[in-house]
Amino acid sequence: MEIRLKVRRQEAQSEYSSYSDYTVDMPEGATMLDALLQVRDYDDGSLALRYSCRSSICGSCAMRVNGRARLACKTKAVDMANGDEPIVVEPLGNMPVVKDLVTDMDVHWDKVRQITPWVENSGPEPEREHLVTHEVMLDVSNALSCIQCGACVSDCPVLEVDTSFIGPAAFAKAYRFVGDPRDDTTKERLQGLSATQGGIWDCTRCNMCVEVCPKDIRPMDRIMQLREKAVAAGVKENIGVRHGNSFAGSVRRLGRLDEIRLLPESVGMFNVPRLLSELPGAWRLFRAGKLPWQSAIPFMHKPIPGIKHVQRLYDQARNQKKEQAK
Amino acid sequence: MAVYTHDVLVVGAGLAGMRAAIEAARNGADVALVTKLHPMRSHSGAAQGGINAALGEEDSWESHAFDTVKGSDYLADQDAVEILTREAPANIIELERMGTTFSRVEDGRIAQRPFGGAGFPRTCFIADITGQAILHVVYEQVMKLGITVYEEYFCTSLIVEDGEVRGVVAMPLITGDLVIMQGKAVIMATGGLGRVYAPTTNAIACTGDGMAIAYMAGAPLQDMEFMQFHPTTLKDSGVLMTEGARGEGGHLLNSLGERFMEKYAPNKFELASRDVVSRGEQTEIEEGRGIDGCVLLDVRHLGEEKINERLWQIRELAIDLTNTDMVHEPVKVRPGAHYAMGGIKTNIDCASVMPGLFAAGECANVSVHGSNRLGGNSLLETIVFGRRAGESAARYSKEAASKAPVSEASLARDHTRIQQLVEGAGNSGERPAVIRGELGRMMREDVGIFRTKEQLESALAKVVELKERYQTVRLEDTGKVFNLDLLSIFELGGMLDIAHTMVAGALAREESRGAHTRRDFPERDDEKWMKHTIAHREEDGSPRLEYGDVTMTRWEPEVRTY
Repeated sequence: MEIRLKVRRQEAQSEYSSYSDYTVDMPEGATMLDALLQVRDYDDGSLALRYSCRSSICGSCAMRVNGRARLACKTKAVDMANGDEPIVVEPLGNMPVVKDLVTDMDVHWDKVRQITPWVENSGPEPEREHLVTHEVMLDVSNALSCIQCGACVSDCPVLEVDTSFIGPAAFAKAYRFVGDPRDDTTKERLQGLSATQGGIWDCTRCNMCVEVCPKDIRPMDRIMQLREKAVAAGVKENIGVRHGNSFAGSVRRLGRLDEIRLLPESVGMFNVPRLLSELPGAWRLFRAGKLPWQSAIPFMHKPIPGIKHVQRLYDQARNQKKEQAK
Repeated sequence: MAVYTHDVLVVGAGLAGMRAAIEAARNGADVALVTKLHPMRSHSGAAQGGINAALGEEDSWESHAFDTVKGSDYLADQDAVEILTREAPANIIELERMGTTFSRVEDGRIAQRPFGGAGFPRTCFIADITGQAILHVVYEQVMKLGITVYEEYFCTSLIVEDGEVRGVVAMPLITGDLVIMQGKAVIMATGGLGRVYAPTTNAIACTGDGMAIAYMAGAPLQDMEFMQFHPTTLKDSGVLMTEGARGEGGHLLNSLGERFMEKYAPNKFELASRDVVSRGEQTEIEEGRGIDGCVLLDVRHLGEEKINERLWQIRELAIDLTNTDMVHEPVKVRPGAHYAMGGIKTNIDCASVMPGLFAAGECANVSVHGSNRLGGNSLLETIVFGRRAGESAARYSKEAASKAPVSEASLARDHTRIQQLVEGAGNSGERPAVIRGELGRMMREDVGIFRTKEQLESALAKVVELKERYQTVRLEDTGKVFNLDLLSIFELGGMLDIAHTMVAGALAREESRGAHTRRDFPERDDEKWMKHTIAHREEDGSPRLEYGDVTMTRWEPEVRTY
């Protein structure tokens, strides 16, 4: 089977990159890693990439194939081939390139260090092992089975615009400690993770990390679990929770989003600098007709017709949640 | 030229290396890890099935020790086995307290599954990602202690002055400039050598570097002829399917649908020790009862739920690599090169015969596995002997007089070698991959499960030939940053040296013991061969073999059946 590759090349410390074209003959079941190693071993010894286990467990060979982050050893070359077009291979995104397909993963490891990546337990040690349920260990093991390959870090759109965002993989790692009953700093962890800058509430729930993850870790779901745990633990004094409450309250009250209250309720009524910084946005809202300045009481929305039905839905959902909690 | 100085240098950051570093740090040493990968990329993470310890009240360390000695076909040093098995429970409990997420039983205690060659279900596990889960936790402790890690630094040689090991020469892949790393003690923990075979279950990084540079520097390698072939590996890729699959109740079937292990191990069936199962499979295949050169691993009767909970990784691998969903059909497997029983000879404190050099894990031979390792004992070895190595090296570094600074001349040899390669780039020599490919094929065909004098003599001639051809190996990449071409040439040189010791040891050992099966000498011969093979490197690169006694404490050799 003939595989055509178009591989992005970049020298160390250089801003410029180019593409090299290769054609290799591979057996039917060959992975992208097999094809790239064939190139490196026999066609071009200067091609740099990371690899080791070939069995999706070491996390070395994540890279972008046809524009999406994937684990090269888990991706069949034949599945990537697209008619006459070559398969495009590029380094991971959201991190600097060291050479060719090798990136500087410290961007990620530094985030891991930020979340206090070890079990903290100041209590007296049990005589033997801690007695914990199998289900909890299984849940934590699932999060722990993240191989830190960086695929989700590469393709996370939040990290693209905000480098302070802890990022999907490090949050999944954080969940592993928050979900571990042997750790006795759960609340402190949840407070730290709810930080205004780069915390769990900055995830936009786009699902990209879930889609690109080669190990089905579902980082976004872990982030949502962290949010739930944070709220349940009473960690509510932050923009994320206030924003959610304002949003939900506005829809319950009016059957629609009340943008004019959303901002002050989220960032705080007296957070003048932040409010001022949002003035251009307010102006755009006004231009778009989203601020009802001509209503009976200026800038106050009227509830939509049939608001009672909306409120009934809310009450039902709340009761259901209470039932579940019981 | 950069010089880094620490009390203790640990080369390799898998489980043995990191466990050693943690212990050295706890003992007050300034310790650094030097690894050619990132710690989380280490091959310990690929260990699937579990880690053994006699935790149960009805189990005992003596029973674990006996199983280990019997599994070793009586070649293991029994004092070392006693340490391994006696210290196992406390080490497992410590791993649990560090945060390891061991699978549990109903009442919350650590669950244990049956494993090959074991008289009791004593294998602790985390689904089938045991190695990875422990690797995470041990690395967490390394971060917690703030231990320095030199990531992606490849060690090119040991520095030996006045008969003492004083550090290593290393090449950071990021710069390509050789550096001197001074240490009063050096611990080798570089893992396995599986890549001298093709295919193998081992990662591409498992090229036996630590063994090779220690051997080059004068440390002898012990029992190198014993290579474990794992009974269940995927056909083309060689990727591992955990022994846990059989531990959980999986069957091995031949083309007639028979559970053929009944013939070879009437009591234990699929859970005999690995050498026995692999020989059984190979015999079935050679006698025409295989399928595509494989046998079948069948776990369908375990049901989807159990497979998803306990064997999730291998289900995913079999789907990805062979389009086989084990929930619905058996997967084709065959024996594959998996684990080196041999390694750098050490005593029970992990000290090699060279002052200042210690070793632990797969690259070491303290001899707890003898001629055949039991599943679940290698992770255990990394933790128990990793800890001991860290402690010993820290103590040694305190007692060692402050050593004179290492002279710059110590990296001259490697520097010259690199210069020669760069200058010779584009010559007519062969690419390293060509030589490596031939080596792997030859080892598979002639130094496999069953061996004969003719095969081994041919293998010996081939190794010598490959070493000759290696002299003019061709470098293509002359750049400095992330030069993997150069790295692979260094690795290959070591692999050839190591393969030489394996072939020579196998040719000399005229008996069948554990994983070493000679068709021309099918019986174990305790009278002549109850002894360790010790290989020293001669000036011309060939091994000189000596033999050493096996330590026996309480278990007399018996006929071995399962």
